[in-house]
Amino acid sequence: MNRNVKDTIVEGITGVSVLLIVFIIVSILAVTIVGGWPNLNWTFLSEFPKDGMTKGGIFPAIVGTAVMTIIMAVAAVPFGVITAIYLAEYASEKSVIAKTIRFAVKTLAVVPSIIFGLFGLGFFIGFIGKNMDGLLNGGELKWGQPNILWASFTMALLTLPVVIVSVEEAIRTIPREMREASLALGATKWQTIRRVVLPGSVSGILTGTILAVSRGAGEVAPILFTGAAYFLSDLPRSLSDQFMSLGYHIYIMSTQSSNVDATLPIQFATTLVLLFLTFSLNAVAVTLRYRIRKRAK
Amino acid sequence: MFKDMIGLKRKNQKSAQEIVSFNKRKFRFSDWFAEKVIKAVAFLSIAVVILIFIFVFREAFPIFKMDKTEAASTELLVQESYGGMETEIASVKSIDNQVDNSNKIQATGDKPSSTLLSNTWMPVSDNPRYGMWPLFLGTLKVTLIALLFAAPVSILAAIYTSMFAKPRIREVIKPVIELLAGFPSVVIGFFALMVMATVFQNIFGYASRLNGFVGGIAMGLAAIPIIYTLTEDALTAVPRTFTEASLGLGASRRQTAFYVVLPAAVPGIFAAVVLGIGRIFGETMIALMATGNAAMISMNPFDSVRTLSATIGAEMAEVVFGDTHYNVLFLIGSLLFIFTFALNALAEFYFKNMIIRRYQSKK
Repeated sequence: MNRNVKDTIVEGITGVSVLLIVFIIVSILAVTIVGGWPNLNWTFLSEFPKDGMTKGGIFPAIVGTAVMTIIMAVAAVPFGVITAIYLAEYASEKSVIAKTIRFAVKTLAVVPSIIFGLFGLGFFIGFIGKNMDGLLNGGELKWGQPNILWASFTMALLTLPVVIVSVEEAIRTIPREMREASLALGATKWQTIRRVVLPGSVSGILTGTILAVSRGAGEVAPILFTGAAYFLSDLPRSLSDQFMSLGYHIYIMSTQSSNVDATLPIQFATTLVLLFLTFSLNAVAVTLRYRIRKRAK
Repeated sequence: MFKDMIGLKRKNQKSAQEIVSFNKRKFRFSDWFAEKVIKAVAFLSIAVVILIFIFVFREAFPIFKMDKTEAASTELLVQESYGGMETEIASVKSIDNQVDNSNKIQATGDKPSSTLLSNTWMPVSDNPRYGMWPLFLGTLKVTLIALLFAAPVSILAAIYTSMFAKPRIREVIKPVIELLAGFPSVVIGFFALMVMATVFQNIFGYASRLNGFVGGIAMGLAAIPIIYTLTEDALTAVPRTFTEASLGLGASRRQTAFYVVLPAAVPGIFAAVVLGIGRIFGETMIALMATGNAAMISMNPFDSVRTLSATIGAEMAEVVFGDTHYNVLFLIGSLLFIFTFALNALAEFYFKNMIIRRYQSKK
């Protein structure tokens, strides 16, 4: 075969692969928007589910997801930021400790999310919660069962690597000269980190937080048995309450519902809300990250 | 050059530290304290990994304890040896064969945990059987389907992006494909359940709407961004001199891509595929929603399957705390964890070293 023809064919095949992926992405978006848009209105967003979940809105699921991700971020971000500071500022690249921490972070990033769910069940609920009950409530069951706190903590562990990677990347873009200037003026290392490095990596911390929130809002497997509830007639009032979540709502409605067809509009609209949420968060994060990378160049 | 820079940096950092310590002879409590706290917190990630190990295994452990007593009592029955396997599992299997061969033990009510390697997964019944083979087989089948779909597509797409696309198009393609990574898996599962299942059934005309094929393709979608991004990175990391030398010798871009850059990037691509396998293997929501969830032994890709992770996801909410079923689900979790941990270690150490050696030797 003529070489030019062969070139064109092979390049064409690789191009088609790209188109196939793009086509799938577009069709997921299109199907969700077309299916979900007609049912999306203010009442849907602000009402509780009604008539055995066949009518009404998803207000408690939105609130539950929001509260869960906020607690998750409060738990994950400080730890993530500090670990990133350690990796970027204190640990030398070749030290065994730094390598081990890095490997641990990568492991956390690839461990299946369902394992985090098991861990949350075994550790937070079965171990910490049970012991807390034994010590605080005299054995009465309060913390030793699924609730929003344990679900958030479980999710925090899952999103920890996301925060660490983003923050470390941002810290590494801060020019060395700035640190040296600070040190030369007599500041200690910790003062330099607090006054120079941390302010300079705010956008990185923000990126990490947003990415973590977006990831946490979309994950379902870790909260399946650590706190998500099928239906609640009330919003979570305390940390020991269960909660409803958007992702879990989609899963439940599309697989366990008694009448899947009747609730189809609700399912599509919920998916659209979740997709919109994670997408807009990701878009903000990507823009921020782009700015950080530009600064690095 | 890069190495020199790092060396320089380290030297400068060191000297900066020395200056500081010279200026501040006084013991600075806040500095000392901050460093200790930061270091301690940084260990959290390691601690979490270890804790996951401990707590997932701890809940799975009672099965083995039961089996040991069981194995001791039926020692005389164990005849076949299974070299290379863990002794516990081997004994379980032998017992199980005995169970299958002669229904004597089963009739007298066999220990549920001794059915681990049988062919039936029937955890909720009067005589519960926890045979994991159908789950293993289902997971394997789905992973294979997902990989056969995701790996070629994402590797070819990565080749297009890094080798053939014009810079401006590349800047668009990369973020668009990475968008797919931002799709929550429950959304992909929902799409598979609502759209793909129907479309595929119309095309192929098979019996059950939800099956290993639909689930596999959907899980492939979840793996595409990982394989794509890492492959693209691996291709871009191949020194430009390789490409330039090849093009300079008169090879076409296609020849350069497939005979020069691709072979040089093979370790990186393997690492990408390995991590993709890890993602597919552990994917829960898509498996729950799109594979049909029937635990059966069959080689037909269009049959309904139940994967390991989906089993945990589907059944854990209904089990009794501390029950055998509960322990078996944790055992499945331990296996998943070991497997992904091993895959990650493989990608991290083996392939990374291969990449480093390759480029250093060719410099």
